[in-house]
Amino acid sequence: MTQHASPPRGSTDKVQPVGPLPVWRSLVARADVRTLSLLGVLLALVVVGGITKPDEFLDTRNLQLVLTQASVIGVVTVGMTFVITSGGIDLSVGAIVALSSVWATTVATQDFGFAGVLFTAVLVGVGCGLVNGVLIAYGGMVPFIATLAMLASARGLALQITDGKTQIVNIDGILKLGERDSYVLGIPPLVLVFAVVTIIGWLVLNRTTFGRRTVAVGGNAEAARLAGIDVRRQRLYLYLLSGLCCGIAAFLLIILSGSGQNTNGNLYELDAIAAAIIGGTLLSGGRGTITGSVLGVLIFTTITNIFALNNLQSDVQQIAKGAIIVAAVLVQRRTASTT
Amino acid sequence: MAPEPPLLSMSGITKSFPGVRALDGVDLAVQAGEVHCLLGQNGAGKSTLIKVLAGAHQPDSGTINWRGEAVTLRSPIAAMRLGIATIYQELDLVEHLSVAENVHLGHEPTAAGFVVRQRTARASTARLLERLGHPEVDPARLVGELSAAQQQIVSMARALSHDVRLIVMDEPSAALDPDEVDNLFRIVASLTADGVAVVYISHRLEEIRRIGDRVTVLKDGRAVAGGLPAKTTPTRDVVALMTGRNVEYVFPQRPTAAPAGAPVLEARGLSRAGEFAPLDLTVRAGEIVGLAGLVGSGRSEVLETIYGARKPSTGQVLVDGSPLRPGSVRAAVRAGLGLAPEERKAQALLMLESVTRNVSVSTLSRFSRGGWLDQRAELGAARAATRELSLRPDNPSVPVRTLSGGNQQKAVLARWLLRGCRVLLLDEPTRGVDVGARAELYAVVRRLADEGLAVLLVSSEVPEVLGLADRVLVLREGHVVHEAPARELDEHRVLDLVMEGSPAS
Repeated sequence: MTQHASPPRGSTDKVQPVGPLPVWRSLVARADVRTLSLLGVLLALVVVGGITKPDEFLDTRNLQLVLTQASVIGVVTVGMTFVITSGGIDLSVGAIVALSSVWATTVATQDFGFAGVLFTAVLVGVGCGLVNGVLIAYGGMVPFIATLAMLASARGLALQITDGKTQIVNIDGILKLGERDSYVLGIPPLVLVFAVVTIIGWLVLNRTTFGRRTVAVGGNAEAARLAGIDVRRQRLYLYLLSGLCCGIAAFLLIILSGSGQNTNGNLYELDAIAAAIIGGTLLSGGRGTITGSVLGVLIFTTITNIFALNNLQSDVQQIAKGAIIVAAVLVQRRTASTT
Repeated sequence: MAPEPPLLSMSGITKSFPGVRALDGVDLAVQAGEVHCLLGQNGAGKSTLIKVLAGAHQPDSGTINWRGEAVTLRSPIAAMRLGIATIYQELDLVEHLSVAENVHLGHEPTAAGFVVRQRTARASTARLLERLGHPEVDPARLVGELSAAQQQIVSMARALSHDVRLIVMDEPSAALDPDEVDNLFRIVASLTADGVAVVYISHRLEEIRRIGDRVTVLKDGRAVAGGLPAKTTPTRDVVALMTGRNVEYVFPQRPTAAPAGAPVLEARGLSRAGEFAPLDLTVRAGEIVGLAGLVGSGRSEVLETIYGARKPSTGQVLVDGSPLRPGSVRAAVRAGLGLAPEERKAQALLMLESVTRNVSVSTLSRFSRGGWLDQRAELGAARAATRELSLRPDNPSVPVRTLSGGNQQKAVLARWLLRGCRVLLLDEPTRGVDVGARAELYAVVRRLADEGLAVLLVSSEVPEVLGLADRVLVLREGHVVHEAPARELDEHRVLDLVMEGSPAS
């Protein structure tokens, strides 16, 4: 006997039967076909960008820009991934980002400086998440409806606060975070925040009881309830988490644009859902992957960037995004049915 | 019987799925007007075979002859056009449509090609329901409002609305009460009298004795016996063919002395309005108490109320003498209760997940520190718990959906074993579990009781309750009508008690 049945490490995204496989096969199995194919798509896009606009696309500044743009929607997507994994949906993320960003940039809030703005952005996000969560978990509302109502009212409130005007930020500490001086080893602070949120999200989903319960609730809520899991409290926490991510994203957006606007975060809900789905998270719940979601976000952001560099209009971008969603889901169905 | 060609003959049918050879050269010959029973354990290939017959799966090789001619069943529609209808165990009805709309789904009577003639549809549906012995079902009612038995009738009416020559019924009696089963058999008899062939799948040998003409036994994707006489082949032989072993329902030995442990679970005056009347019940450590009764007698409701999944109208549940918070599953689980529910897939299992994660889901906090999971400890504990129940395969990392019914049930039991639960509530523990695996499951339950667990068992199969339980409570329409040690009861006595006063057929 030369082969030892090594104790299986917790596979991240899906269950692999553990047996004495050849080394290369177990490596591939562990890295998981879906993640590899997403990486392949991303690499292909980089190649396309490098060929069509070699000087501009591969320029450090451009790559920094792409990552920065991915950061805001990326943080939102991490929260969305949890919600979808639990079998829910959060349509209000874009509106919450808008409301958080304007509430945190009112003249009154800015009086409290950097901490005041950050605190308010996060608090408003969590507050909106709390309302969503209570309505869904304890009020028995369907997530689609509850968060649709939040979408409408948060947008409305954001408009009321700003009266449609852009609220300029004049706190140096915040503005400075968007400047090149504060880059760490060439990495913008926004991207660092995104990376930290991603890592924490991955750990929470894959290595904690909270993540396991999220998957259980999404896979079979009734079974989870009868197994003794507090399904309602879990749901409440999940919408709080999504709201928290929106608050963080709002703060990143404030840094990025130096302002707060009621039109911020427009259609973020659709981008976040699309990124999660092409990443491999099941819309019906029970399976979620942070890695896939982040790759989904990077793919979308890279496409947008390449199209913009090549002077293609946003309508073409939209069509391409739609095609990618369809293609990704079709490929996933195929790989799912052959495994 | 005259040597006319069979209505249907399938020969050498093979079908493989990735990693599994589901059918390995199966032959099946069905004559017009006979009830041909298909027997086999779970995973023997029964459902794959009927899906091939229904046109839902394409065989890899083999031929199908229909009334003497070779045919290809390319799709369910093709099968239906030939006159082959299938009634699946999971009925494929649209709940939000009416009975008549369901019956005529896909072939609605129309005027001018697209306007549905509702009146015609309803009239012809009413005629079909009349023929099936259920004239009381209103064709205009929504299917979702009907009972399980009535929905099955609708499913049959749909089959008959086509010009059908062969009906496949997949465990049609599983969800039915005895008198409903009688009606089902009456329908089967009248169909065969009209020359329609019925392929009948059931786990219950006594049913096959009653209505079957011939039996084909499947094992591991092969037909190990074809065309046996259903009425005269000894049970022992049939079971031997199915399992490859000589096993009948073997119930484990009861302990010689009556269990005299302390009362662990008590219900006092527990009731739910409209479901069951106030009842008292005590289960001692080491004791198995059985609840016998018909579907609708309140058995499952009693269990779920004890478990906190339903809120009682009156009364309380006590564990070790201290009352549980009513209507709280979490309080029940914390006090040491565990439920293996009737609908395993819908109520107990996370089908996308591994056995390990299904077993550990109620015990996660034990493997975590500040929410952080120790996956090695989790896997080790799950492995120990599943080994103790000899769950197969002996690898807790496989997805739970790949397990047989009996092993899925063991995964649920392992969950509670791992949790260290003291009261096990079993709701129809052997539903969907094949004959060979049942005896093993019975032995597991008895062993757990011998180790000091208190077990409350619900089953619609009276022999199961009598064979496994120490003490039996008979429920009828929400009332406990009798309580006695199991060895003082027999099946006839229980059935009498269960049916007494009810409009027997």
